[in-house]
Amino acid sequence: MDGDPASGRDGEVVDTSPMVADEVKHTTCYMCACRCGIRVHLKNGKIRYIEGNPDHPINRGVLCAKGSAGIMQHYSPARLRKPLLRVRDRGAGEFREIEWDEALSIAADWLRRIRKTDPKRLAFFTGRDQSQALTGWWASQFGTPNYAAHGGFCSVNMAAAGIYTIGGAFWEFGEPDWEHTRYFMMFGVAEDHDSNPIKMGIGRLKTLGKAKFVSVNPVRTGYSAVADEWIGVRPGTDGLLVFSLIHELLKADRIDWEFLVRYTNASWLVIQDRGADDDGLFARDENGNPLCFDRARNRLANALDAELQPALVGRRTLTDGRTAVPAFELLARRYMDDRYAPDAVAATIGVPSATIRRIAAELAHAAFAQQIELDIPWTDWAGREHDRMIGRPVSMHAMRGISAHSNGFHTCRAIHLLQILLGSIDCPGGFRYKAPFPKPILPAPPPAAGTGRPDTPLDGAPLGFPARPEDLLVDATGAPKRIDKAFSWEYPLAIHGMMHMAIHNAWKADPYAIDTLFLYMANMSWNSAMNVPGTIHALTDRDPATGEYRIPHIIYSDAYYSEMVPYADLVLPDTTYLERWDCISLLDRPIGSAEGPADSIRQPVLEPDRDVRPFQDVLLDLGARIGLPGMTRRDGSPQYPGGYADYMINHERGPGIGPLAGWRGHDGRSHGRGEPNPEQLNRYIENGCFWHDPLPADRLYFKHANLGYLNYAQDMGWIANNRQIVLQPYSETLQRFRLAARGHGEIQPPQRERDRIEEHFDPLPTWHAPFEESAVNGTQFPFHALTQRPMHMYHSWGSQNAWLRQISARNRLYVARATAERLGVADDDWVWVISHHGRVKTQVRLMEGVNPDTVWTWNAIGKRKGVWGLDPDAPEATRGFLLNHIISELLPPRADGYRYSNSDPVTGQAAWFDLRVRIEKCRPGETGETEPAFGSIAAPPGMPRTPRIMRYGEDLRPPFSGRTGGRHREFIGNRAEVMATMPGVAAGASRAKPDEDGDDDS
Amino acid sequence: MHPAFSVIFFTTASGAGYGLLFLLCLLGAAGRFPSDPWFGVIAFGLAFGLVSAGLLSSTFHLGHPERAWRAFTQWRSSWLSREGIAAIVTYVPTGVFAAAAILLGRTEGIFAAVAIVGALSCAVTVYCTAKIYASLRAIPRWTSAWVVPGYLLLGLATGALLLTFLTHVFGAAQRSIDSLTFAAFAAAALVKTSYWRSMLATSGESTAASATGLGRPGLVRLLDAPHTESNYLLQEMGYRVARRHADRLRIIAGLLLFAVPLASTLGTTILGPGTTAVFVAGISVLSASIGVLIERWLFFAEARHTVTLYYGENTA
Amino acid sequence: MTSLPPRIPDRQLGLVIDLDICVGCHACAVNCKEWNSGGHSAPLTDRDPYGADPTGVWFNRIHSFEVDAQEEGKRGRTVHFPKSCLHCADAPCVTVCPTGASYKREEDGIVLVNADWCIGCKLCSWACPYGAREFDTDDGVMKKCTLCVDKIYNENLPPESRVPACVATCPVGARHFGDLGDPDSGVSKLVAARGGYDLMPEQRCRPTNKYLPPRRREDKDLRDDSGTTARLTPAAENIDGVFLRWVDRLLSR
Ligand SMILES: Nc1nc2c(c(=O)[nH]1)N[C@H]1C(S)=C(S)[C@@H](COP(=O)(O)OP(=O)(O)OC[C@H]3O[C@@H](n4cnc5c(=O)[nH]c(N)nc54)[C@H](O)[C@@H]3O)O[C@H]1N2
Ligand SMILES: Nc1nc2c(c(=O)[nH]1)N[C@H]1C(S)=C(S)[C@@H](COP(=O)(O)OP(=O)(O)OC[C@H]3O[C@@H](n4cnc5c(=O)[nH]c(N)nc54)[C@H](O)[C@@H]3O)O[C@H]1N2
Ligand code: SF4
Ligand code: SF4
Ligand code: SF4
Ligand code: SF4
Ligand code: SF4
Ligand SMILES: [Mo]
Repeated sequence: MDGDPASGRDGEVVDTSPMVADEVKHTTCYMCACRCGIRVHLKNGKIRYIEGNPDHPINRGVLCAKGSAGIMQHYSPARLRKPLLRVRDRGAGEFREIEWDEALSIAADWLRRIRKTDPKRLAFFTGRDQSQALTGWWASQFGTPNYAAHGGFCSVNMAAAGIYTIGGAFWEFGEPDWEHTRYFMMFGVAEDHDSNPIKMGIGRLKTLGKAKFVSVNPVRTGYSAVADEWIGVRPGTDGLLVFSLIHELLKADRIDWEFLVRYTNASWLVIQDRGADDDGLFARDENGNPLCFDRARNRLANALDAELQPALVGRRTLTDGRTAVPAFELLARRYMDDRYAPDAVAATIGVPSATIRRIAAELAHAAFAQQIELDIPWTDWAGREHDRMIGRPVSMHAMRGISAHSNGFHTCRAIHLLQILLGSIDCPGGFRYKAPFPKPILPAPPPAAGTGRPDTPLDGAPLGFPARPEDLLVDATGAPKRIDKAFSWEYPLAIHGMMHMAIHNAWKADPYAIDTLFLYMANMSWNSAMNVPGTIHALTDRDPATGEYRIPHIIYSDAYYSEMVPYADLVLPDTTYLERWDCISLLDRPIGSAEGPADSIRQPVLEPDRDVRPFQDVLLDLGARIGLPGMTRRDGSPQYPGGYADYMINHERGPGIGPLAGWRGHDGRSHGRGEPNPEQLNRYIENGCFWHDPLPADRLYFKHANLGYLNYAQDMGWIANNRQIVLQPYSETLQRFRLAARGHGEIQPPQRERDRIEEHFDPLPTWHAPFEESAVNGTQFPFHALTQRPMHMYHSWGSQNAWLRQISARNRLYVARATAERLGVADDDWVWVISHHGRVKTQVRLMEGVNPDTVWTWNAIGKRKGVWGLDPDAPEATRGFLLNHIISELLPPRADGYRYSNSDPVTGQAAWFDLRVRIEKCRPGETGETEPAFGSIAAPPGMPRTPRIMRYGEDLRPPFSGRTGGRHREFIGNRAEVMATMPGVAAGASRAKPDEDGDDDS
Repeated sequence: MHPAFSVIFFTTASGAGYGLLFLLCLLGAAGRFPSDPWFGVIAFGLAFGLVSAGLLSSTFHLGHPERAWRAFTQWRSSWLSREGIAAIVTYVPTGVFAAAAILLGRTEGIFAAVAIVGALSCAVTVYCTAKIYASLRAIPRWTSAWVVPGYLLLGLATGALLLTFLTHVFGAAQRSIDSLTFAAFAAAALVKTSYWRSMLATSGESTAASATGLGRPGLVRLLDAPHTESNYLLQEMGYRVARRHADRLRIIAGLLLFAVPLASTLGTTILGPGTTAVFVAGISVLSASIGVLIERWLFFAEARHTVTLYYGENTA
Repeated sequence: MTSLPPRIPDRQLGLVIDLDICVGCHACAVNCKEWNSGGHSAPLTDRDPYGADPTGVWFNRIHSFEVDAQEEGKRGRTVHFPKSCLHCADAPCVTVCPTGASYKREEDGIVLVNADWCIGCKLCSWACPYGAREFDTDDGVMKKCTLCVDKIYNENLPPESRVPACVATCPVGARHFGDLGDPDSGVSKLVAARGGYDLMPEQRCRPTNKYLPPRRREDKDLRDDSGTTARLTPAAENIDGVFLRWVDRLLSR
């Protein structure tokens, strides 16, 4: 250079090695439920930077947008600061700050009284917290059956369909074999719980370029945008699409026979005896073993034996002279029927029949023509050695696009059936269970009914897995025992409860009135409410007779000033995720992967600067105050004086089984089982706050029938025995409920429920049009209305985040360009979105990549005025909107006037995406602000004034390090995959996996 | 582009100021500088006043005016830097000449030479100002060949109009000055209308397709901007004026900036000196000042930046 | 002076962004903001952060586009499009700068702003065709992507963290970082192999950053030998025919 002194280049000394942090602490992100490992860089006692932990099995060093905005969450002005006691009407937002002692004794008094009289009058519902092992246990020690977490309005359809069919599930309990798959089919996923793992997987899969990625989704954004093929189905019709694919595969005889006979109940004989009390159940021998017809010995045999040649078709005569057919024959006959032919369903699905046929051909091609074999010897459940693992490299994943419909349970079962027919369950290249799954079908006991006796715990867990009508929580008349009507004849397999009905039912005192509603981490008056106006009414409605609120007491624990807080009588302020201990436990929703089990912790990396307490500590404290067994010592003192951390170390569910699986036993050497280890948390912290036990190669696949794995799982205490887990395409459990509806057995549904049970408890997957679609007039409400998760926002809590809200401070309704032009609406026009239940006002955005019969918007962007530390004129409140305002929690009335919940009839899953709407252009006078608006809410005492200008980080610049140069290291994302496909690209730094680090080049 | 008043005032005021200064120098060099010392005082005062006020206002929109001096360092590559230097340099010859003309009443010989230099530096300064905009490829409409002549001629014309006015006020009217003013406005009108015509017809090579590289083949449409609310780029470079509104302003600008001065100067040349002429010239000074502000507002408001291609525009 | 370095630096560090796999998650944009908020250009001021018109300084932004298929047999698609400073070889933002505050480093080609010299005239932001410069109204100076110059060489960070924040955090691995001046570097090979391209070449800025185009997807549709779209052929005329094939199939468990 010519060294002109007057140059920025010479004028500026760039510090290339500033001292970033005084201290780096590991913990687990909680900007969403994906639970990635993070490194928190601290400087001058403030957060300088949060980065992904490269060693963490979940995220391998990456962070999503939410996780990267943790700083703004932690310092949010909306953080609650002190316990609050309501001083004016509910919803006014007027509170008095009180001391923790007062707060806890108020709560304890309410709870003690309830437990002394009628424990079920406490309804305890929690959101997407990760302490359900604790909260569920607390509820059962309290003695109320009225406990659930968010699963019922989230994705219980996926969980139930999966667990009752394959002993595992999509949701975050399974994942595609990203590395080996040749065909990846994704149904109804915008983001998923596995936010980062799915992104990482898609990135690797697409970079390798060997697989085809098909996304079935009415909207073409996000993952669907990078899919090799986008199939813009009409919402609610995936079941038909899948049946049609099955139809094609069966007719062409392109299915995996070996897989069916080895690993499923397809060969089991089903009794064919209309009218009998065992019609449609499996024929069994005297020991209760299911029977099949063994063609080797030409006789009936115990279908569970190893050395058989089971027939998959053919009517057989049972010893008692009755006939039975293999389950496979029943399903083959059903799905080969012409009503499932591509031409028959194409119009309903909105996908050309030629496309359906091609997809079927592609599936068969990938599964059978591209079969892969890994030279990994393994031993099957029967002790038979296999020299290699054979894979059908077709993988599938599905989430709320399937589950959030009233036909979601069966649609999800249909997808599992398709996987089973292709033999692509937990095989190389297929769908893979994440440890500790698979679990036996069914994994756990039925829900505990509760004695109803005062001061007595439940005889089990409030949530469980009904296997037969006897397991339901109904009284002699068949009426629900739970406030949310879960496990009743209306929603028999509601294994996650039905949180979305709790408030409505409590208000209606149907089935009975409650005393206290205890909520934790769920914004139930807003974005997790179906019918926001109605919910607000239920929370504020008073009994004219007494003048009392119909829901007498509401206790709520939130960390921030959300829409729900103003409706609480008593507010227990929680910490932020960087201020507390947390436990991501194998007993709850573990973070394990197909490569092996894992669990993790959160440790406090910063001291709270407010008078707040971790909710788990508070819950244990309350438990001790009201003397709950397990939380109180004989002398009445708390069992866990050290709070949650104490519990995490010392609590035992079974002998040697505690919240954390890692470093157990006095010497900290045992994993899975072992007595409590006082040093356990330190071991976790040393290891980056997680425990991971990678499985040896021979246990990586066929976990449902892999002896090595089954033994391991038994040792770990996940399963009771090492027996094969036989997949259940034909569900005897469902048939049992159906038989009850046909008048068999002790426990039978009330007359009015029988047809519904008969229809929906089909032992084989079925499809019915979503309830709302069939209930409302299609010409009046011609469009499906959906929401999608924005990848950078987590439900309602992202909007308080100064960085994230700059990306999305408002949401519009996306409409297909052609449709919009037909309706005469243009970009940014204001429209009314009108459902059978209500109307909401918004602006529109035109797009190409959306099913023409579908409109959609981003979820949970709309905010109420006055909350979340936002100005009342924030776009979130003036232009952002929720579809929740017009989604009803109830279906239009049945003939006799009764209104079912707007949910799946099997699992009670909230049917958010069944919503049908029409669009009307606003009149000139109506434009400008969204409606309904619900008025503004006052801020509680002690809330800081929000800055007009924020200069975060200006004080974090370190003094000059003296270093101004250095060597850069090249980074190639998915380097391994790039190297595999691109000549010349050499090893080096990649997804920060240390093992892949090569030399720096400079 | 966002039409910031500071910049609009800077370019118009300094333009007129340098135009006037340029002509005063030439008058002097031609030995036809009015002898009335008060004329010198007022005329130079006005010229230097306009120039300095313009330069001053241009520093108002700086984030750090106190560092403005640094702007003189990058003359090798930056037109803005060159403009700053030229502006300062211009003060010297023009200042010397002004002093001589006013205090010594001398404009011939060596001073005539100084005047020539002064006149040239005025032209150079305005040229630099014009180049600041004309050299921005990211704003295709400004790369038009008409921009530089536009700036030069409008500076000259508005300056000349002031000179006409003053000469009439001081009873020192010269038919040549009036007709030069007329000519300058005629030329400016010609150039400016050509700029408008070409500007409205042309949009740069860059399109949403080339900005994203996604155009082959296919029509590229913005689905979502990075942020639902505004940002610096859109506030500074995303400014849009409705075509109909712009056209209306264009007509007004045409009338006030060109029609009126042309008519008035024609009038004054025919009328010759006298109070009516003074009045007429005064009116047209007023009209032209408003006109040129509108013209400059349009110059910015109608300019489109390629960054808008990333925010939903298909051409810039 | 702010004339560009006399010759193009041999080392030209930059980013390569793969539009074939970017899912538009904004992680790179937010992580960039997070790192740089306490970094070389700290702070990245946010105005009205909790109010009606939040606008802050961002060095990286994600746009989403839809491309209609105009060609027969091609499908339309949605493309997510991240954009930050491209660290151009012929950077107009540098040459227009009157103060020398805007400059391109000789050692690695990174384009930076010297905040102590910047007078905040905004001309560089007018000159940048890509909208990659960000005026901090509160500081009165121009800011921009630093290519994480305070991270990529930082000896106080573990080696695996010495990568631009946006690159290290990208969950799908759509972002690559390296020396695009070296034809043998991995990133250069990647660009060559995937037909990486410049944005707005007609602006003649010669950007260092490259974009990898979305790949043809129609090719992945299965076609049978005759080249027509594949479909399965029934194993028999009717259902009973199919069942017949199954009746005496021997399968051992
Ligand atoms: N229209 C429509 N509605 C939907 C959905 C949809 O797709 N469309 N999705 C549904 C689904 S699947 C779900 S899971 C729900 C989610 O809806 P919610 O469960 O309501 O989830 P959030 O909005 O995140 O609200 C969680 C609450 O927890 C608080 N919180 C955050 N961090 C903490 C903490 O550390 N401690 C405590 N105590 N509280 C904290 C937040 O401030 C917030 O008030 O939304 C449902 N609603
Ligand atoms: N960034 C971010 N991540 C999150 C969350 C968040 O709020 N933000 N929330 C977390 C929670 S609680 C959950 S439950 C998960 C949910 O993760 P997802 O299952 O991805 O949830 P949604 O965003 O509701 O995605 C539903 C998708 O299904 C599509 N869809 C709707 N109806 C149908 C249909 O009938 N058929 C098909 N094939 N598709 C359909 C929609 O277009 C949408 O793309 O995400 C979790 N992760
Ligand atoms: S996905 Fe994002 S927000 Fe969720 S845990 Fe991981 S980094 Fe945090
Ligand atoms: S982080 Fe990666 S995938 Fe997400 S927007 Fe940025 S480049 Fe795209
Ligand atoms: S992208 Fe813009 S700011 Fe970056 S170097 Fe090129 S011209 Fe300058
Ligand atoms: S704003 Fe600063 S960096 Fe940009 S041109 Fe002006 S002085 Fe240079
Ligand atoms: S390189 Fe660094 S500064 Fe530039 S966009 Fe990426 S993270 Fe931001
Ligand atoms: Mo959820």
